[in-house]
Amino acid sequence: MNLILTLASRNLFHDRVRLVATVVGIVFSIVLVTVQIGVFLSFERMITTMIDHAQADFWIVPTETKNFEGSALLAGRERFQALSVSGVTDVVPVVVGYASWHKPNGGASTPVLLVGTPPASGALAPWNLIEGSALDLSMPDAVAVDRSYFEQLGVAHIGATAEISNQRARVAAITKGIRSFTTMPQVFTSLERARAYLGVPATKASYFIVRVAPEADAATVRSRLVATLSDAEVLTPEEFRHRSRAFWLLDTGAGAALLGSAILGIIVGTIIVAQTLYSSTKDHLKEFATLRAIGSSQYYILKVILTQALLSAVIGFTIAAAIGLTLVTATTDAPLPIVMTPVLTLGLFALTVAMCAIAAISAIRVVTRIDPAVVFAQ
Amino acid sequence: MTKIMIEATEITKVLGEGAGRVDALKGINLSLAGGEVTLLMGPSGSGKTTLLSVLGCMLSPTSGTVRIRGRSTTGLGCEDLAELRRTNVGFVFQSYHLFPTLTAAENVRLALDVRGDHSPRAREKAVEALQVVGLSHKANAFPRELSGGEQQRVAIARAIVGDASVVLADEPTAALDSENGHAVMMVLAEIAKDPARALFIVTHDPRIIPFAHRILRIEDGRIISDQRRSESAGAVHTLKYAS
Repeated sequence: MNLILTLASRNLFHDRVRLVATVVGIVFSIVLVTVQIGVFLSFERMITTMIDHAQADFWIVPTETKNFEGSALLAGRERFQALSVSGVTDVVPVVVGYASWHKPNGGASTPVLLVGTPPASGALAPWNLIEGSALDLSMPDAVAVDRSYFEQLGVAHIGATAEISNQRARVAAITKGIRSFTTMPQVFTSLERARAYLGVPATKASYFIVRVAPEADAATVRSRLVATLSDAEVLTPEEFRHRSRAFWLLDTGAGAALLGSAILGIIVGTIIVAQTLYSSTKDHLKEFATLRAIGSSQYYILKVILTQALLSAVIGFTIAAAIGLTLVTATTDAPLPIVMTPVLTLGLFALTVAMCAIAAISAIRVVTRIDPAVVFAQ
Repeated sequence: MTKIMIEATEITKVLGEGAGRVDALKGINLSLAGGEVTLLMGPSGSGKTTLLSVLGCMLSPTSGTVRIRGRSTTGLGCEDLAELRRTNVGFVFQSYHLFPTLTAAENVRLALDVRGDHSPRAREKAVEALQVVGLSHKANAFPRELSGGEQQRVAIARAIVGDASVVLADEPTAALDSENGHAVMMVLAEIAKDPARALFIVTHDPRIIPFAHRILRIEDGRIISDQRRSESAGAVHTLKYAS
């Protein structure tokens, strides 16, 4: 084995108590960062999940719309104006709004987010269906709910009934994994039922989903739409996603809170590792002075300390990743699951290494100031 | 013909400033020849350790020149001095300064590793050096498993494994009992027979005197006597090492 690695690993394992303190610091920090960033990613995905699953080339949205959930209403004429634009093949109305869901048998009410589109259009149909089909929403009073909200909605199967805004609703389809970051259940229904539940006049809509002919130039079509629609905005799906994310993550401060906790975790972890590495280096100062006395370069000593830091990082990260994966598995069906991606995993490893390397700075500063002549005095 | 391994000319060293200023070395002239054992003796505070540090390229002199195998240390930076140390100087310390987490062989190999020699041959060289000091059978022992004398012999193996032209020893027997001190001095006297290596020992221990070819006495930063013994070290080191 490389002697630097031998020396670094034995220094590390020589003092078990300090090793445990170092690893606990890293694990605490990385698990905290994993959870915060995992929730952040989950939050980010949920924010745009409706936009992601819509079959849209463009969205016509009321002016100054900030997010998918909270929109004003379009008058309705926009649909016909858009349809008159060359290259546009379809313009599908979408109605979105909050309503009150009354559990069956006189149970308590809970707010839900209603999403209504013409079922046959497929423009924004429920996905991940485990029972029923999107076309079943054509049936009277039909709604689709996610099974993760069964308890909250007081329903448990196809055919179960409840009331939305004092009107009958019947579960016609069940999805799996369509969750809202607000923890407010999302309920799919037909355009007509959504208008009825929300009291939206027949011509009005929250959005219009625009589809463009495959052979048409999307940029040109968009320019025409913008020129035609004076009272509405025309957004690409990416622009709409960006707007929603900006609102929920930045304007509300939710993202800042999550990232702030993550940064706090990094700082705390770095301080703990720096403290233990520093004290370990101080304890081994005599040995580092000896190394210097027998002619080692500062770079050699630097490699010993950085190897020690890297080993701490690998051990700490391995344990933290195992805990993180356990949390990811445990929260798969939770209202706000923790998301772990390969990129996030690699990023967290890089972060762990960087954190330990930064933590090694104080130790490195100590050894670079060693006077090798001190070995004669001891 | 003996070859000069290290040469110091008009060395002065001032430590501290203002009221705390100490003239630790005052115009030292000294040369160490290969194949010789030179002792430096003197009372505490006389400048022994400072001179050892200057000769060992750990301290730069305030004025004067140190040449190691003809190469001047004047104007060299920390890293250049470290390079001179690892290629030319071996150290033996009073407290051994072995790495407690490394085996005897690894401790010896460290002197080669810092020189960038990571080859499998380095392992063999380390065991060979331990063989020279009579400890090849303890190559895999950790320092805590060795007696004080054995630890010092491992330190000697570390000092010579890189074929250092100068071995500087600081009180190598001070922490040892009579028997172990004798064993260590026997080893040092043996390695000093190499005409390509000078051995310089700082000591208070009069029991070492019979092993020396030359005895320097230092007081108040000046060498006050430079005595050559008529007997060869080879002849005297068989004398009884006893207080």
